[in-house]
Amino acid sequence: MSGHSTFQPKNAAVKWLDQRLPIISLMTEHAMDFPTPKNLNYWWTFGGILMLCLVLQIITGIVLVMHYTPHTDLAFRSVEQIMRDVNYGWLLRYMHANGASFFFIAVYIHIFRGLYYGSYKAPREVLWILGVIILLVMMATAFMGYVLPWGQMSFWGAKVITNLFSAVPFVGDSIVTWLWGGFSVDNPTLQRFFSLHYLLPFVLAGIVVLHVWALHVPGNNNPTGVDVKSGADTVPFHPYYTIKDGFAIMVFLAVYALFVFYLPNYLGHPINYEVADPLKTPSHIVPEWYFLPFYAILRSIPDKLLGVVAMFGSILVLVIVPWLDTSKVRSASYRPIYRQFFWLLAIDCVVLGIVGAKPPEGMWLIIGRIATAYYFVHFLVILPLVGLMERPRPLPSSISESVLGKKKHDAQAQAAE
Amino acid sequence: MAATDTKEPTRRDFLYIATGSFAAVGAAATLWPFIDQMNPDASVRALAAIEVDLAPLEEGQSITVNWRGNPVFVRYRTGAEIEEAKAVPIDELRDPFARNPALPEDAPANDVNRVIEGKEQYLIQIGVCTHLGCVPIGESGDFDGWFCPCHGSHYDTAGRIRKGPAPENLPIPPYEYITDSKVRIG
Amino acid sequence: MNKIRTLIAIAGLSAMAALSGTPAQAAGEVHEAEDIDFSFEGPFGLFDRAQLQRGFQVYKEVCSVCHSMNLVHYRNLGDPGGPEFPEAQVKAIAGTVQVEDGPDDQGEMFMRPGEPADAFVAPFPNDAAARVANGGALPPDLSLITKSREGWTGTFRHLVDGIGGPEYVHAVLTGYEEPPADLEEGPPGKFYNPYFSAGPWISMPPPLNDGAVEYADGTEATVDQMSRDVSAFLAWAAEPKMEQRKQLGFKVIIYLLILSILLYLTKKKLWSRIEH
Repeated sequence: MSGHSTFQPKNAAVKWLDQRLPIISLMTEHAMDFPTPKNLNYWWTFGGILMLCLVLQIITGIVLVMHYTPHTDLAFRSVEQIMRDVNYGWLLRYMHANGASFFFIAVYIHIFRGLYYGSYKAPREVLWILGVIILLVMMATAFMGYVLPWGQMSFWGAKVITNLFSAVPFVGDSIVTWLWGGFSVDNPTLQRFFSLHYLLPFVLAGIVVLHVWALHVPGNNNPTGVDVKSGADTVPFHPYYTIKDGFAIMVFLAVYALFVFYLPNYLGHPINYEVADPLKTPSHIVPEWYFLPFYAILRSIPDKLLGVVAMFGSILVLVIVPWLDTSKVRSASYRPIYRQFFWLLAIDCVVLGIVGAKPPEGMWLIIGRIATAYYFVHFLVILPLVGLMERPRPLPSSISESVLGKKKHDAQAQAAE
Repeated sequence: MAATDTKEPTRRDFLYIATGSFAAVGAAATLWPFIDQMNPDASVRALAAIEVDLAPLEEGQSITVNWRGNPVFVRYRTGAEIEEAKAVPIDELRDPFARNPALPEDAPANDVNRVIEGKEQYLIQIGVCTHLGCVPIGESGDFDGWFCPCHGSHYDTAGRIRKGPAPENLPIPPYEYITDSKVRIG
Repeated sequence: MNKIRTLIAIAGLSAMAALSGTPAQAAGEVHEAEDIDFSFEGPFGLFDRAQLQRGFQVYKEVCSVCHSMNLVHYRNLGDPGGPEFPEAQVKAIAGTVQVEDGPDDQGEMFMRPGEPADAFVAPFPNDAAARVANGGALPPDLSLITKSREGWTGTFRHLVDGIGGPEYVHAVLTGYEEPPADLEEGPPGKFYNPYFSAGPWISMPPPLNDGAVEYADGTEATVDQMSRDVSAFLAWAAEPKMEQRKQLGFKVIIYLLILSILLYLTKKKLWSRIEH
């Protein structure tokens, strides 16, 4: 890893600083000169997109907190004052709310990229596990953030989900009372959620540093799943991937802007524009869309405790994926059977999401249970079996060869015409 | 990296420069809302002006009103106080300027410049000591005006600094008479 | 491969069915609102100033008797992007109400004429008092009503037509009718309105009848017209920054598209020297 850098400080001041705190050479080594496989496709831009999302949420969050009041009597009104009176307050609020949704869109794509290309396989297991931890912290942050406007869904979502912990045997009720700081979701709950919602993104930033560090030990995976063999396989990260990521980020921002400016409330719930009323339960309590698959899993199990176990289990099962997958081949590009199961998993997750928004009865309950069962079958049964039984396609000997091979194939096809 | 450098340098460079500058402009524009949100919001700007009814005031009486979070002294001065203020030569004053936003910055601190013409009995000034910001006490001090207890600044009957560490006269807020007995401050 | 395609097709179709939602029109279920072509709909839609001013008049003369709008201030009536009453008229409107202020030097609260900086005066001092005056029912605050109510269901419909909040308000205001013969007798003191989301029995008596308000601009004040106008006014009250949002959005998206194109060309140019 170290020694890739061709950093020759031209500037005497930079050299002076770098001898005392090698921050400049760290940046040039890891963000500029870093040898990156030259065949990365656009699914690899989502890491950079996610970093942008985190920065965006932190900056909009900090300025929003300058105007927000974390007290049950004042929270809802303070958010509306941001929307109405604060200069550009409406923009900052819509950016933050939609930013959360886009953060999750990006992270789900990023995770599925990993599942498809085998990015979780050795030697990147720790990288992958750090990613699962990042996902958990993101979910906790988003959950608490949604409570802060103190609308009807803020309150009732908080009540339903914190109540889940009462399923823990023996100490369940004590845990819930401890979480609430009282005997129901009320001001103490709101205030501590505010504190933690401010804290966790910075914890997240720290874990992201570890995540990138763990990545830079072996270097990036690539669409072939074949390791880098020589310098011919790579290009320096800057300018090739800074510009490519920059382009992908702009397209992402354009879609994001479409929502912020023209569909700012589409991904949310109208009922959250009503002040929280502890005495009036909404007819349908639904979490934000990015939690719907997990909500579906939770409700598909009739037992309260087992439902909670299944819900957390659906995320924790990701941790052991590097060991569940028995295939010697990383990339699904060369795994024709696994590839089909990958797409079935993707469809299954979408189905779970749809089920999560429906009342848990009749046809939807049955579909939800099948989809939940299939989700676990994919990881615990299909992943190990397919790896053992599948005959993968022959791998290219190197990245360059796969790139060259493609060009040779194209040239031959053209010559044949 | 050698051969392509010399081929069409201007066209390639133009694209890079165009992209870079376009991105920089956007970055600067994006920054503005984040800075502007710290400026006073609409509700604060709405309270930026207040109206004060002077009719209930009697001669020799003062009231204090809250304007933009600061105290504003409104005093119906007695004839004696006005005479006393007019009798002071300008060169005896530490701060020779009127500190009245309705007048040029170099307007001298004559008593007439501290009030509005035809209404010299009403002295309206911001009640924040120009030393370090304490609120002076009315009808006290060695000059029959105001006295600041924090560090001993004395202001006269026109609110001008006469003794003590304060460097400037008490500032006059922007105000106007909207009726014969009502002023709007701010 | 074919099996996969079939599975995808089934999943896709069921997703579509799920997303489109099914309108519930049976007796006893909430009816969907009629879609209205408001001037402010769509990416380039703007409020109709005259309509907002008429809508405010309806609110002030009819609705404000029972419904508060705590989040709106009189000064908002003069802000750009809204009814845009001239400053003098905003002061005059504020001046018509009495606002509690104080305490004075004697420690007493007192009443004074309203000012633009004041929030809309509420008809009742608190929710409990509001319930007492309305037979136990609480007239909701209207500041955000068009953002918190749906006129229809369906994820795809919401994308294309919006959630139909203003249409919901219009539907309720114009939706009072005789209950169907086969429906059980409703609770005493309530009215039949199949468009009410917690319906079909609503505590609010029909608030409008033809000519209830005499419009300053001479428009004929039918129930339908007043309902449209007040719905538009409430849509503005819920989203006073809508016009600024759309206008800034246009510039931002054009900018991002241009920058994306520039970055794409840059990327292509850079990568042209690499075998990839």
